[in-house]
Amino acid sequence: MNESLPTRRLVRRLLFVVVAMFGFGFALVPIYDVMCQAFGINGKTAGAYSGAQTADEARQVRVQFLATNAAGMIWEFQPLADQLEVNPGASREMRFVAYNPTDKPMIAQAIPSVSPARAAAYFHKTECFCFTQQVLQPGERIEMPVRFIVDRDLPADVRHLTLAYTLFDITSRQPPVAVHDAALAKERLQ
Amino acid sequence: MSAVIDDHGHAGHDHHHGPAKGLSRWLLTTNHKDIGSMYLWFSFCAFLLGGSMAMVIRAELFQPGLQIVQPEFFNQMTTMHGLIMVFGAVMPAFVGLANWMIPLMIGAPDMALPRMNNFSFWLLPAAFGLLVSTLFMEGGGPNFGWTFYAPLSTTYAPESVTFFIFAIHLMGISSIMGAINVIATILNLRAPGMTLMKMPLFVWTWLITAFLLIAVMPVLAGVVTMMLMDIHFGTSFFSAAGGGDPVLFQHVFWFFGHPEVYIMILPAFGAVSSIIPAFSRKPLFGYTSMVYATGAIAFLSFIVWSHHMFTVGIPVTGELFFMYATMLIAVPTGVKVFNWVSTMWRGSLTFEAPMLFAVAFVILFTIGGFSGLMLAIAPADFQYHDTYFVVAHFHYVLVPGAIFGIFASAYFWLPKWTGHMYDETLARLHFWLSFVGMNLAFFPMHFVGLAGMPRRIPDYNMMFANFNMVSSIGAFLFGATQLLFLFIVIKCIRGGAPAPAKPWDGAEGLEWSVPSPAPYHTFQVPPDMSEVHEHRKGTGGELTP
Repeated sequence: MNESLPTRRLVRRLLFVVVAMFGFGFALVPIYDVMCQAFGINGKTAGAYSGAQTADEARQVRVQFLATNAAGMIWEFQPLADQLEVNPGASREMRFVAYNPTDKPMIAQAIPSVSPARAAAYFHKTECFCFTQQVLQPGERIEMPVRFIVDRDLPADVRHLTLAYTLFDITSRQPPVAVHDAALAKERLQ
Repeated sequence: MSAVIDDHGHAGHDHHHGPAKGLSRWLLTTNHKDIGSMYLWFSFCAFLLGGSMAMVIRAELFQPGLQIVQPEFFNQMTTMHGLIMVFGAVMPAFVGLANWMIPLMIGAPDMALPRMNNFSFWLLPAAFGLLVSTLFMEGGGPNFGWTFYAPLSTTYAPESVTFFIFAIHLMGISSIMGAINVIATILNLRAPGMTLMKMPLFVWTWLITAFLLIAVMPVLAGVVTMMLMDIHFGTSFFSAAGGGDPVLFQHVFWFFGHPEVYIMILPAFGAVSSIIPAFSRKPLFGYTSMVYATGAIAFLSFIVWSHHMFTVGIPVTGELFFMYATMLIAVPTGVKVFNWVSTMWRGSLTFEAPMLFAVAFVILFTIGGFSGLMLAIAPADFQYHDTYFVVAHFHYVLVPGAIFGIFASAYFWLPKWTGHMYDETLARLHFWLSFVGMNLAFFPMHFVGLAGMPRRIPDYNMMFANFNMVSSIGAFLFGATQLLFLFIVIKCIRGGAPAPAKPWDGAEGLEWSVPSPAPYHTFQVPPDMSEVHEHRKGTGGELTP
């Protein structure tokens, strides 16, 4: 037998590869997020943007707004306007309306996506309702703002942008939220 | 695990007695031939089960409209057909061939880790018992396609999905242990003088396949674990509501999935590389290039996965990269095809059943390869994606590719396994009926696919009716023919002309130096291969150990 490596050590090394590849499968999750952010894949937008730019008055792009409910979500959810003409570099605001028609308090999370995907990296949100979860009481209606800047470096051939939000019901994922303050609750107990 | 490894060299101390009697022989066996036979029988049972599901699918698609099954059950059939054929029929068949043939081909007394070998086999009935039992559960079995894309397989999955996940875990563990065993056997148990470049190509392709398996089966285990956590533990790997992404599922799945398709074809490449020289009575043309081509295919398989997902919206640069990388695979594959053809060139060809299947393999696999090239063209793929053209493509590489490779191997080595010659007339009939049935079934799928018929649907537009009827007739013919194969194998086991040690005059390799049927224990004294020159390499050379 021409054993180059004793079988026991060979098997140990192979098992190490197996464990490492199992870990690699999970490592693909953060790698994927980083790649999506870096290349603007899937229209994934970055978090809050803190920079400021001067408006490019010579150019206008049209930003369209979409609001969609994910399956099982029954809130009413829509933008106040379908679209805006925007100068790249200028800070603009759009408000979205959400209304909880149910008899239960509900929690929602909006997930943004920008089309075309390669423009996602040029779409900066300075303030967005999607950065936080939205809690709505039964029958409550709110206006939620998103402030954004379209980057001056947006490729010249992009004339239309679509900002799409999908609203997910995450009530069941959250522990119950106290809707009355603690003092009031204590009072009622007595 | 160390207790298992301690077993190395086990065959050394029981070489004076034969197999145990009764059921315990099969439950407790550590003999590579017994385990190989069990793998092959298991695979054939899975092949018949997955095949009968295909019959249900084709019966429903015989005519447009819903006739026989409900759409929910149809979806379970397409899903289970794919899962059972991939994980239950093709992969275990190759592990069975590896168990039987690798020790015989490299002059080893057994596999390196015989008890682990037993465990890897017996995990399979448990895994598939779990998987098939889901069909009888409330809500039905998996219905999300064999690729189980999230959120179909998470948010919208039937309750039984948890059993599916555990079944995948078990068969993954089984495959990984089998792969470790193959690597340890090939690297450590070769006969003296059997250098790597003297190994038969089947051994080479299996070595590379085993490395693919230990690289990607853990990723599959990872992705089903993520599904499990999303379903039961409130994580959001694939749920956008919690910050995850369903497209991530496809990336992780196909990172496993693409090497997986080579796992299903590389061992067939190896077997055909033994069979074609035997019936051409010439050494294999371009042995070294075959080895490197196999390695190149294995490497490329890791960097092409996104060609399965051109339509999800990846950047143009990405589409181009994955398109060119995919097309690059045609180069080493072309090297192999040309080598097989060159081996046959001016050979003294005869067309016994193994050769018929091997030649059909070369021709039809190449057709599947060409439709693969068409699918690799990213802009064209937007039309082909999720149509029957894709179904035609992967059935052309899997049925006349993997399955014909297995049939060819079975006929080639049946005399060695059973000690009897199989019935050549019936075997040729099996070939021709399979050949006609398979082409009738799958060739029209190219046409309906190009015309826009989507895959995984129980009903379809009237305009596809004629081609679908032809497909169904071909599928019924192909399916029924496999019962003939069962008959031929049983007949061969029970009797037939006694097979000499080397029933094929052009065959080369150490396996033909032991009597037929191969004794329960072989190569307890390793043969000396140092005199065999490497220029006869790939076939084991002139064998007088």
